[in-house]
Amino acid sequence: MAIIVDNDTRLVVAGLTGSEGRFHGLRNRAYGTNVVAGVTPGKGGQDVEGIPVFDTVADAVDKVGANTSLIFVPARFAADAIYEAVDAGIGTVICITEHVPAHEMLRAYTYFRGKGVTMIGPNCPGVLSPGKANAGIIPAEIFREGAIGLVSRSGTLTYQIGHELTQLGLGNSTIVGIGGDPVVGSSFIDVLGKFQDDPQTALIVMVGEIGGDEEEKAAAFISEHVTKPVLAYIAGFSAPPGKTMGHAGAIISGSSGTALAKKEALEARGIEVGTTPTEVAQMVADRVK
Amino acid sequence: MDLYEYQGKELFRRVGIPVSDGQLVVSPEEARAATSSLGSPVVVKAQVLTGGRGKAGGVKLAESPGDAEEKARGILGLDIRGHVVRKLWIEKASDIAKEYYLSVTFDRGAKKPLLMFTTQGGVEIEQVAEENPDALVRLHVDPLEGFQPWVARRLIYGAGVEDPSEQKQIAAIMEKLYRAFVEFDAMLCEINPLIVTPQGEVKALDSKFTVDDSALFRHTDVAEWRDTSAADPIEAFAREKGVTYVKLDGEVGICGNGAGLSMSTVDVVAHVGGRPANFCDLGGGGNAQGVVDALEVITRDTQVKSIFFNIFGGITRCDEVARGILEALERLDMSRYPIVVRLDGTNAEEGRKILADAGKPNIHPEATMLDGARRAVELAK
Repeated sequence: MAIIVDNDTRLVVAGLTGSEGRFHGLRNRAYGTNVVAGVTPGKGGQDVEGIPVFDTVADAVDKVGANTSLIFVPARFAADAIYEAVDAGIGTVICITEHVPAHEMLRAYTYFRGKGVTMIGPNCPGVLSPGKANAGIIPAEIFREGAIGLVSRSGTLTYQIGHELTQLGLGNSTIVGIGGDPVVGSSFIDVLGKFQDDPQTALIVMVGEIGGDEEEKAAAFISEHVTKPVLAYIAGFSAPPGKTMGHAGAIISGSSGTALAKKEALEARGIEVGTTPTEVAQMVADRVK
Repeated sequence: MDLYEYQGKELFRRVGIPVSDGQLVVSPEEARAATSSLGSPVVVKAQVLTGGRGKAGGVKLAESPGDAEEKARGILGLDIRGHVVRKLWIEKASDIAKEYYLSVTFDRGAKKPLLMFTTQGGVEIEQVAEENPDALVRLHVDPLEGFQPWVARRLIYGAGVEDPSEQKQIAAIMEKLYRAFVEFDAMLCEINPLIVTPQGEVKALDSKFTVDDSALFRHTDVAEWRDTSAADPIEAFAREKGVTYVKLDGEVGICGNGAGLSMSTVDVVAHVGGRPANFCDLGGGGNAQGVVDALEVITRDTQVKSIFFNIFGGITRCDEVARGILEALERLDMSRYPIVVRLDGTNAEEGRKILADAGKPNIHPEATMLDGARRAVELAK
């Protein structure tokens, strides 16, 4: 099983002929992901090391059966690439691109949610189901296959925690980086629901950070809908209000969005929150033993 | 990017929201001249990117050009919540019969624009929300449907505005404010107060406007309004260098890669008893030049006593970071800083070897994030 990407994933990479798209698209294929196509307008008919390139996503769907789109195009073209994928009938869209204007995501979100599409990102590292498929920029070699679902707003912090888990001999069902922007395609709740329904996942680690109220909403969702154990980590306890901490979405506005408020909301629902990445990994190890 | 009142009002003017005439000045003499041309009385308003101006003495009525000059002299240089006043907005004074409040915010939780309106303006909106929540009418707009006239009707009738002329003017302002919100990629557009004059004219007496940084590429004129002198000087320098940096108040300089890990590193340093000097994110790429730039920024802060590099290589390659650190040691005077380096992930071993081979006495390798944090804190003592 696993969630979002697996052995049935047929990946089309938007921007495969660009430097990042090419590097990671080929890395994803080398990992064993079924990368069936690339899309670059005007470059249809070419190929990138044997991966056929099409002018449109619709062609990639029609001709090679793409069902998942991985987007690497520049920020100003990202919303267009999302709409194009959705309208071509793609069911899962993963957008790595950073700095997508928030208003564009607001409109795109409203559109694709109405169509039942699963979207991850933007400004995210992608999705990795160890042993099955990797769609994005997560360094797969850090992770191994296992029963822990990992969902995070951050990339490198996820690698840190995944690395600590691996060192303790633990593995992951799927690692999902939902992205650090104010509006992302899937919230913690969306991903937690998928992990709850995934037979491979036995325990879930949720890695949040300052800004917004998705962690608070997730706390309420977990207590009502998630029967599997959930452990959490929150980054940004030392962050000053009003400053954007790297991620566009990581900002304390007034008194809302603080790490402390998130920790308290989680703990109030009986969800343990680790103080450091190391402690979280240890807590996971203690739970599964 | 937060805009000054006068900049927000310029955008209001562009979409047709009524505002008073005014002029931007930077000296008492200019304030006098502006008042002469605008006609007395005027209001002399400090331009700072923070609230609470009025209470801090940053807004004064002036009856004549001479009075305006004097008031300007008093306000220029004032420190309002850490913001020094360097610019004043001289605006024709308005008679106020009523003070309302109107805003459009980017509600990231609901993933929709949120309109808020109340007839109890002129005070902090949080106060109204707390003390008299029924007076504050809130309504989300579907971003695909956009602003429709019924939205204005719901807000205006909901807030109990009864005068037909006021209703009509406010409805038009709501539609225009929403348009400004969308057209300028705003995260916040707020008018507080939205006043009604004794003659029944409705206009924006203040503005609060925040534009999405990611959308500035299509608002190049607005992007040029950024006032680098208002920012913390080190943060301004970081922006110039393209380094993602936030100044904190401590001794342990921090450099991570990725926002989440960098934030977590700041937390862990604090957790083990240290005081973080900054948040600094090398970003996804993190090449050698990026490392040199980051170190140049971090060491501008004279409080810094030690530096902690916490790198987990994904796309970032640890050997590249190690080379950057060595390059910085050559190009900058780093001899007084102990530098703790923790490298993991992509090419970590090569990176560690590069640092070990260089044999620099002020580089302290550590194996884990926690140990690295402890060491950096110890070395800052």
